[in-house]
Amino acid sequence: MKYSLTVNGANRTVDVAPDTPLLWVLRDHLELTGTKFGCGIGQCGACTVHLNGVPTRACMTPVSTVGRMKVTTIEGLAPAAGKLHPLQQAWTELDVAQCGYCQPGQLMTAAALLRDNPKPTDEDIDGALAGNICRCGTYTRIRQGIKRAAELTAGGKEAAR
Amino acid sequence: MSATTTPRTVNRRDFLKLTGLAGGGFALAFQIRSARGGATSAGGDFRPNAFIRIAASGAVTIVSKQPEMGQGVKTSLPMIIAEQLEVPWSSVTIEQGDFDEKLYGGQSAGGSRSTPNNYDQFHLLGATVRTMLVEAAARTWKVPAAECRAVEGTVVHSSGKKLGYGALAATAATLEVPAKEAVRLKEPKDFKLLGKRIAQVDTPRIVTGQPLFGLDLRVPGMLYAVYEKCPAFGGKVVSANLDFIKTLPGVKDAFILEGNGKVKELNPGVAIIADSTWAAFSARRQLKVTWDEGKVASESWDTFVAEARAKAAGPGQRTLRRDGDVAQALAGAAKKVSAEYVYPFISHANLEPQNTTAHFREGRLELWSPTQVPANGVAMVTRVLNIPADKITLHLTRAGGGFGRRIGTDYLVEAAAIAQRVPAPVKLTWSREDDLRHDQYRPGGLHFLQGGLDAQGRVTAWKNHFFTFGEGGQPGSGGSLSPDEFPGRWIPNFLAEQTMFDTGWPMGPWRAPGSCVFSWVFHSFIDELAHAAGRDPLEFRLELLGTRDEMPAGGGGGGKGKQGGGYSVARMRNILKFTAEKAGWGKKKFARGSGAGIAFHFSHQGYFAQVAEVTVSKDGQVKVDRFVTGGDVGRQIVNLSGAENQVEGSVVDGLGTLLTQELNIERGRVVQGNFHEYPLIRITDSPAKIETHFLSTDHPTTGIGEPAIPPVAPAVCNAIFAATGKRVRQMPLSRVDLRWS
Ligand code: FES
Ligand code: FES
Repeated sequence: MKYSLTVNGANRTVDVAPDTPLLWVLRDHLELTGTKFGCGIGQCGACTVHLNGVPTRACMTPVSTVGRMKVTTIEGLAPAAGKLHPLQQAWTELDVAQCGYCQPGQLMTAAALLRDNPKPTDEDIDGALAGNICRCGTYTRIRQGIKRAAELTAGGKEAAR
Repeated sequence: MSATTTPRTVNRRDFLKLTGLAGGGFALAFQIRSARGGATSAGGDFRPNAFIRIAASGAVTIVSKQPEMGQGVKTSLPMIIAEQLEVPWSSVTIEQGDFDEKLYGGQSAGGSRSTPNNYDQFHLLGATVRTMLVEAAARTWKVPAAECRAVEGTVVHSSGKKLGYGALAATAATLEVPAKEAVRLKEPKDFKLLGKRIAQVDTPRIVTGQPLFGLDLRVPGMLYAVYEKCPAFGGKVVSANLDFIKTLPGVKDAFILEGNGKVKELNPGVAIIADSTWAAFSARRQLKVTWDEGKVASESWDTFVAEARAKAAGPGQRTLRRDGDVAQALAGAAKKVSAEYVYPFISHANLEPQNTTAHFREGRLELWSPTQVPANGVAMVTRVLNIPADKITLHLTRAGGGFGRRIGTDYLVEAAAIAQRVPAPVKLTWSREDDLRHDQYRPGGLHFLQGGLDAQGRVTAWKNHFFTFGEGGQPGSGGSLSPDEFPGRWIPNFLAEQTMFDTGWPMGPWRAPGSCVFSWVFHSFIDELAHAAGRDPLEFRLELLGTRDEMPAGGGGGGKGKQGGGYSVARMRNILKFTAEKAGWGKKKFARGSGAGIAFHFSHQGYFAQVAEVTVSKDGQVKVDRFVTGGDVGRQIVNLSGAENQVEGSVVDGLGTLLTQELNIERGRVVQGNFHEYPLIRITDSPAKIETHFLSTDHPTTGIGEPAIPPVAPAVCNAIFAATGKRVRQMPLSRVDLRWS
């Protein structure tokens, strides 16, 4: 079946079986391998993308259900080429990653949190990120990273004023 | 020219003598330019050795030879070269080297050895090249080299003249490599980079989702493979519905591989080759295989545990260590404590499932693999598939977690065997279920302990009957207890006996093998003894360590090793006191339900002590409020951010294994298949606060991927006891009732 998708603002067409999870469409067919495979059953969050801004498990999302929803992946998180999202900036400043495999998923979940809650507490962060496993145990830095990104965002808004 | 000091040159044999490198990797690396007939490439680069390249533009490239799996070695080891080379970190590009031990020397990443194995040589590498650049400048200016010094990628003369490394590259390339004696190393007081917090070099790619990991690999024309193995370890394929599978959409081929009869090498199974991962996964759901499970199907964890309990009071199969007379000492003890400790088999569960891409054509094999020990992979392919090593190219990809799992290379040899049958490059992807059910596990075990105290509350007797699990007649990795493991050698009447159950279950190194579980059992039981004696757990431990500064190896046959062996009691005492002080041990008052616990451990050349502060709710939920680590890994922390990250990760990992991780092995197969059945620790259970402190001591710099994890679980369990009066003697905690009122 042919599907026409909007991924990171671009129209992309793929010809795949209707039950193909968005995860594998992205990874195998659109060569967007930033979205990771960790469990395939919605448990680890490594495959988190945004569908119309809502963090979603791409491994549990058949391509046939995506329709006109806008897909945003880690490759499309930065606001523009050569620019970083405040979270990406904070992740770099604080050297959050260890192996890095979970981090695209962590970042996508965190991005939705920050958009809806610009000053999250540790509790807010734990609640929002509870679905994202980090096998390397970078949770402390993930909390710090989100708070730092909140600062950067607030600072950016102030500077723009 | 007479004013210029010409460093004495050495031939390869002298160099080997000078550096004492049996493997000769670095010496060979230094030799590269003569082998290539000159250190300049067509582009005018200066390539003094296999690790460093300086372009005429001044761009510096450093090759990282070690496999990167999140331990940060791709950043930390090149930092050493950059420091000694005297180049600004921002001007350096790091490249991952392929597997080539002739060129680079050893490339194994395991046992926390990457840093200690390479530390001194990497300093020398960087400093040697800096010396050559200084010499090149001196010759250019016709001045003594002593009047020149390297500063941030340039050489500066005392008169103020300056030349960038790029401008010096061509001249430097004509010079002989100086002898070690002619090279002056930068002193630690002049370090600009080492000891700083530096973000991992792959960070920009990680945070923007660029291809990096094994699973991200794409080769033109590539096909996708899955491989179904028998659920019971080592079982053989009798038949499979291959003809039907081949008719399914996207499927290109399906075939059976016999395996080589070794459960940690090439297992028998069914390969499905398809034009996408999903097509392969989908076809696999319709695969029907008849298996011959073999005798492993009679082996279950529960049966072994029952047998251990029945045999606990009897003698062990082997005596590991016997000092004094334990029976007599126990009989005469003022107080006796006995306990059974048990921990299950667990999996590594790297978040990136095992995978490898392989391309076999015209007798040559090209591989892309996330492996910790590439040499194992190549040797295994050669042995099992008869492909000579010189016909194998192995590219190292970043690995989504290692933890010892990728020391095993079963998945790599699987991909290679599949590729031999496929006329295209092929990527083998394991599912999570494959990963959990075909790991090389951390062995479980049971300890039946008895301890005796005298009237003054000192430990006089320690008896342990340890039940472990083996494969092929040997205990699995981490399943053998060193006779020198603490507190062996410290207690006058000491008996450690072992009984092993031989199994067909695959076991392998799991981050700080042995140390993790032994530290948990022994530091928990020491805590039991301290409380039985009515003593403060810290003071009790310090007394146990005693006043001597060194504990020599031996007495029970233990050698120098990762566990036990020669032991600096002074370093351990110091780090224990240092950590207790940082944590404010004994100074805090805790309400009921909260408390602090302490533990220490020496492994992988690192001395670590830890204090956990926990709160246990009335319904038995444990929360770690604060976790303090003190570590002594010698003189120099290479990358402070990386080192702290390893410790923070160790704390979370140690806590995670304690909280929930458990595999049941029934009839020779793992019951759990995915994370809903084998939960990993999540952010919600991660400690609220993790504090890491390093104590620099005048000893060689050692690794940090492992030694911080062993004391985590006992520190937490000892804190749980302080909080609730409940002693945890079973892993995982999810099986222990910690409710209190
Ligand atoms: S891969 Fe989708 S949640 Fe794990
Ligand atoms: S950084 Fe390795 S899984 Fe999170």
